[in-house]
Amino acid sequence: MTELLLPPGLLLVIGALFMPFGIKVRNLLIFVLPVLCLYFIWSAPADYVVTLPFLGFELVPIKITTVGQLFATIFSLMALIGGIFAYKTASTLELSAAFAYAGSAIGVTLSGDLITLFVFWEIMAIGSTLVIWAARYEGAYRASMRYLMVHLLGGLLLMIGIAGHVVQTGSISFTPLALDSIAQYLILAGFLVNAGAPPLSAWIADAYPEASPSGSVFLSAFTTKTAVFTLLIAFPGTWLLIPIGIYMIFYGIIYALLENDMRRILAYSIVNQVGFMITGIGLGTEMALNGAAAHAFVHIIYKGLLLMSAGAVLYRTGKRSCTDLGGLFQTMPWTALLGIIGALAISSFPFTSGFVTKSMIAQTAADQNLIIVWFALAAASAGVFLHAGIKFPWFVFFQKDSGMRPAEAPRNMLVAMGVLAALCIGLGVYPEPLYAILPFAVNYEPYTAAHLVAQFQLLLFAGLAFFVMLPMMKRTLTISLDVDWFYRKLFSVTDRVGYNLLHSFNRGVTNAIQQSWQGFQSTFQASRLSKYHLASSWPTGSMVMWIGVILGGYLLMDIFFK
Amino acid sequence: MSEQNIHWLLRKENIRKLWIGFIIILMLTVLAGFFVHQHESFGIEDSVGFFAWYGFVTCVGMVVFAKLLGFVLKRPENYYDDDTNQGLNENGVEHD
Repeated sequence: MTELLLPPGLLLVIGALFMPFGIKVRNLLIFVLPVLCLYFIWSAPADYVVTLPFLGFELVPIKITTVGQLFATIFSLMALIGGIFAYKTASTLELSAAFAYAGSAIGVTLSGDLITLFVFWEIMAIGSTLVIWAARYEGAYRASMRYLMVHLLGGLLLMIGIAGHVVQTGSISFTPLALDSIAQYLILAGFLVNAGAPPLSAWIADAYPEASPSGSVFLSAFTTKTAVFTLLIAFPGTWLLIPIGIYMIFYGIIYALLENDMRRILAYSIVNQVGFMITGIGLGTEMALNGAAAHAFVHIIYKGLLLMSAGAVLYRTGKRSCTDLGGLFQTMPWTALLGIIGALAISSFPFTSGFVTKSMIAQTAADQNLIIVWFALAAASAGVFLHAGIKFPWFVFFQKDSGMRPAEAPRNMLVAMGVLAALCIGLGVYPEPLYAILPFAVNYEPYTAAHLVAQFQLLLFAGLAFFVMLPMMKRTLTISLDVDWFYRKLFSVTDRVGYNLLHSFNRGVTNAIQQSWQGFQSTFQASRLSKYHLASSWPTGSMVMWIGVILGGYLLMDIFFK
Repeated sequence: MSEQNIHWLLRKENIRKLWIGFIIILMLTVLAGFFVHQHESFGIEDSVGFFAWYGFVTCVGMVVFAKLLGFVLKRPENYYDDDTNQGLNENGVEHD
């Protein structure tokens, strides 16, 4: 095997920089980079590690673990299939950004120390912001800036946490961390911001639907699932994650029920699905962790598929709201069919991929006699079918006849959706290949008669509830307030008041400073020192003099502040 | 639009048939519950049709809860736009 020296994720990041060199180069790279990356991930021997000394630390830029391999695999696959979906319509900026973003996500999953992880973490924030930016309109730009602020905040929490952790323990290794002090809590908070945990859950539904049709496909795959990966490695079995996960599950359902924008419905359901994974990580048994990892894997596939079908509709109609859509199944039958497959998979319908993964988490809750958690998860499973499984396809493809007769999605989009739909059903019917790459040995049989009957009852009666309650779910031209109200509305009002106050204060202070500065200048110019005044005179002597001043300053600081 | 031009799925008599088919399937899933035993170890899940009524009731509950929350949380679509467009230029703040 070829010796791996660079992290496979870096391959995508560097490769992305070459994408602007012509359309042909770009399209070639879209196919070659993920395939190469997959090759490296799977040809590396088990527990392969590369170390690199850096500033007295032993960095581990590559560490191949089973969980890392699982996430790196699905990230590479998603870069490839997302690339197929996007390459005809997306801008080169978007594709380069998406690949750098995917590459850095892969970098996180294969990094063995906290410093390497942090570097890739920040590249992800930049890459994903550029993906949103690439939609190139004012709303997307504003949303991307709000998105970036949230992620820089998360990155900051993470960095402070890592620094504190290193000071306390002297170790930078990325392994399970005990929540001993505020440092580890800050690391946890940094990870949770990217997972879309409360209180900052709103960024997902705020930013993702503003990206281009293909941009939101890329965005849905990497950030939140990288966070799931890091939580899985660093904080398995942390009790605190169970209530956080359950909150996210119901937050996603309730907000999706209120929402009118089709892609925002799907964005809320990302929070919902990540909530299941975080609950699983909080439960922390081998089966629950397997469930969380497997659920992340299949979720990336069906959420990608759902956002692709929404993206195809947006691309063909230019409409994004349920109130404008409806009846599209007549002229976009394939997009509708493939979207419905994704919707069934997210609802854990039997014989789809969601069925064989999510139930591992609920099963753990039952095994551990956590009655409330189990009842919450059962209600949530029904709720997923309600808010994503039926609501999305119903309002987009059926509902009323909107009168629009758009053409079927372009062929490359259908191919990408077809591959993902095949995976949704394939892994549902034959989950063994997925079970084989999970972190722990799988001792779970999803297809028992009892489980099938329970799931059919739960989902079909949730469906009945949907149609019975349909009059109450009439879409309205509204958005819903969330925590982002504080930074989008309240702060902007206080900002304006504050700005005016500051401005008058500023004017006063500036005048005072200007006057004293002018006074100082006239005194300075009158003195002999004035010929050393910087830009107004150029003799070498003046430079030497100022360097002397700086060095003298250092000397004084060294003496007095040591 | 005449009946002929409407897609078969949208015709009234077919929608009626779909409802009938759906209700039959619902009843079958409940009937199937008599032949299997749920063993999650809490007891209640093994009562007949537990998942059916639990799924239905919780979903109705969630829809109603969302509806009520909507009265508090819903705002016009351009709620945030109004504000951001005004920005710092109002109140006669000059840029120097």
